Amino acid sequence: MATHELPYIAAIEEAIREEMERDDSVLYFGQNIATHENDPFLKQFGGDRVRVTPISETAEIGMAVGTAIAGFRPVVELYMAEFMLVAMDQVVNEANRFHYMSKGQVKVPLVLKAGYGFTCGWAGQHTGTIYGMFTGVPGLKVVVPATAADAKGLMTAAIRDDNPVCYFHHYLLTLEHGDVPDGEHVVPLGRANVVREGADVTIVAIGWCLGKALAAAEQLAANGVEAEVIDPRTVAPLDTDTILASVAKTGRLVVVDQSTRHGSVAAVIAAEVADAGFGSLKAPVKLVTALDATVPYSEPMEAYLLPDEAKVADAVHQVLGNAPVAA
Amino acid sequence: MPTNGLDRERLTWIFTQMQRIREFEERVKRTFEDHPGTIRGHTHLADGAEASIVGSLAALEPDDQLLATYRCHGYPIALGTDPKLLMAEIYGRADGICGGYGGSMHLTDVSRGFLGTSGIVGQGIPQATGAAYAAQIRGRGQVVLSFFGDGASKQGAFHESLNIASLWKLPIVYVMENNNYNVVTRVEQEDANAAAGEPLAVKAKGYSMPGHTVDGGDPVAVYDTVSAAVERARSGGGPTLVESLVYRLSAHGNIIAPPGVPLHYPEHEAITVFGNKEEYEAALRGDPVPRFRAKLVTEGVLSAEEADAIAEAARAEMEGAVKFGLASPFPPAEDAVKYVYA
Repeated sequence: MATHELPYIAAIEEAIREEMERDDSVLYFGQNIATHENDPFLKQFGGDRVRVTPISETAEIGMAVGTAIAGFRPVVELYMAEFMLVAMDQVVNEANRFHYMSKGQVKVPLVLKAGYGFTCGWAGQHTGTIYGMFTGVPGLKVVVPATAADAKGLMTAAIRDDNPVCYFHHYLLTLEHGDVPDGEHVVPLGRANVVREGADVTIVAIGWCLGKALAAAEQLAANGVEAEVIDPRTVAPLDTDTILASVAKTGRLVVVDQSTRHGSVAAVIAAEVADAGFGSLKAPVKLVTALDATVPYSEPMEAYLLPDEAKVADAVHQVLGNAPVAA
Repeated sequence: MPTNGLDRERLTWIFTQMQRIREFEERVKRTFEDHPGTIRGHTHLADGAEASIVGSLAALEPDDQLLATYRCHGYPIALGTDPKLLMAEIYGRADGICGGYGGSMHLTDVSRGFLGTSGIVGQGIPQATGAAYAAQIRGRGQVVLSFFGDGASKQGAFHESLNIASLWKLPIVYVMENNNYNVVTRVEQEDANAAAGEPLAVKAKGYSMPGHTVDGGDPVAVYDTVSAAVERARSGGGPTLVESLVYRLSAHGNIIAPPGVPLHYPEHEAITVFGNKEEYEAALRGDPVPRFRAKLVTEGVLSAEEADAIAEAARAEMEGAVKFGLASPFPPAEDAVKYVYA
């Protein structure tokens, strides 16, 4: 398959641009976009479909709900995931409910594009990994791309989907380059990707943590341990079948998630495997998550809280019985 | 109450819809006594707001759209939704307009431009503003009405939306039904304009749009004000805030109680909380339905017999809606997991 190399963020933009070219009903609005007449989106698609909004998240997301009900497919640029919290009602109690409460009379196809996890000194309020807050919400879909190719394919799928989709892109991946398939590229929502095959242990890693997990897997392979690494890509709806099938094969599971432990998708995955795959397990499931604290400003403290390659490798050794289980 | 610009047919239509809403709401209220347990949760009635609702909707063209609040029974009745389907919805039945998924607070009839309601105060305002943005892009001259109460104007959603609508000159009319109460809080206890003795319509000034206050008990006055605002919106002039002064003739809603406690409608908060029977009795004397009837009969638009016949027909129709609702089956329980995703 022919590919082209793009940074993660450019892959997202490519998807939005191509979908806007394909479908006149796709809109793109939000804060601090298209403020100048030379903005490429504004030039290509015009001021009806591309608009800067005031800094008013409730109105931005509420208006996205309204335009979607009225037949359009808005993509809202929210910049930072935390800004969504200002407008939480529209995200978790409006956008996701209208289809259901009207018995399917209306559809609410919209994409909320928000960056997260900016753990490079942005301190307490702009670094959260908060997709876990949205994953238990009926009617919402939540995607968390880890690569440039998935960033494009998931954005394309999110725009085409008839439901509200929270699209969380990781700020630390913004400039990570990757090969993106040429032509139309759609990654179906709700399907996990087995990124690396292995028979000894399953590592499920979400978003930015995928890179940590793959690095740990290489390190483990040097010691003769073959890890299977799975990227859920969509955390709602969650592809539990792929995870359970892998655990049935390996009997061991480590879940890596940058979220704080009790707000993590890792905890949900562990619960699903305990519920439906307990018989396959040869060892307790191990979670590698952020510690339950606000992200601090100072670099060593910030790093202390977060999952890293060594923590993933340690967890794998623990589920393999090669290291003492931490108290 | 001048009736300028409205012919006999239109005035009769307005009176008929007001009477139908009133009869519907009377029967919803009576269901708590006649058929205990049939209506669950929380129900909010539009009695007292009929003139405001119908006068506003009379200003719309068939292609126009609206969003409203949890106090939503009146709009679809006037738009032509079969009240049988509305009553069945309020009774949680399979034949309901939303199949029992929505209930009293979430009536929706997209086929008639009624795009939905939010049960969370103020949150439907940006949604209506978004529908108006959609209308602007489509460029077919559609207008959106956004209905909400006075309480909603204390929400950020209201202020954010009016700012954008004015900035973008969106084709929308914000109809604030000011009934003086946010549940049991009086408007002057929570609104700076009201406390200063000013109409709430002055809020429009902060967003550089026209603001009008109108007697919401007079459907013709409401029609005049809203239709001028609708025409302004349709011609690209941008949004208007209309404050429509109404008085709800029932309490905010039925009592809030756990299962096992029979639900009922208490008396209005003016009496139960503030001990102000006079205020409530004055509101009853100004009841917009008999008031408009008297006007039409006095001016010879309708004979007393014709007005009685309209009221009688509305009564019979809504009794039929109750019968239909009671006879409609419940949806299959396992359907609860349908419609989660489109």
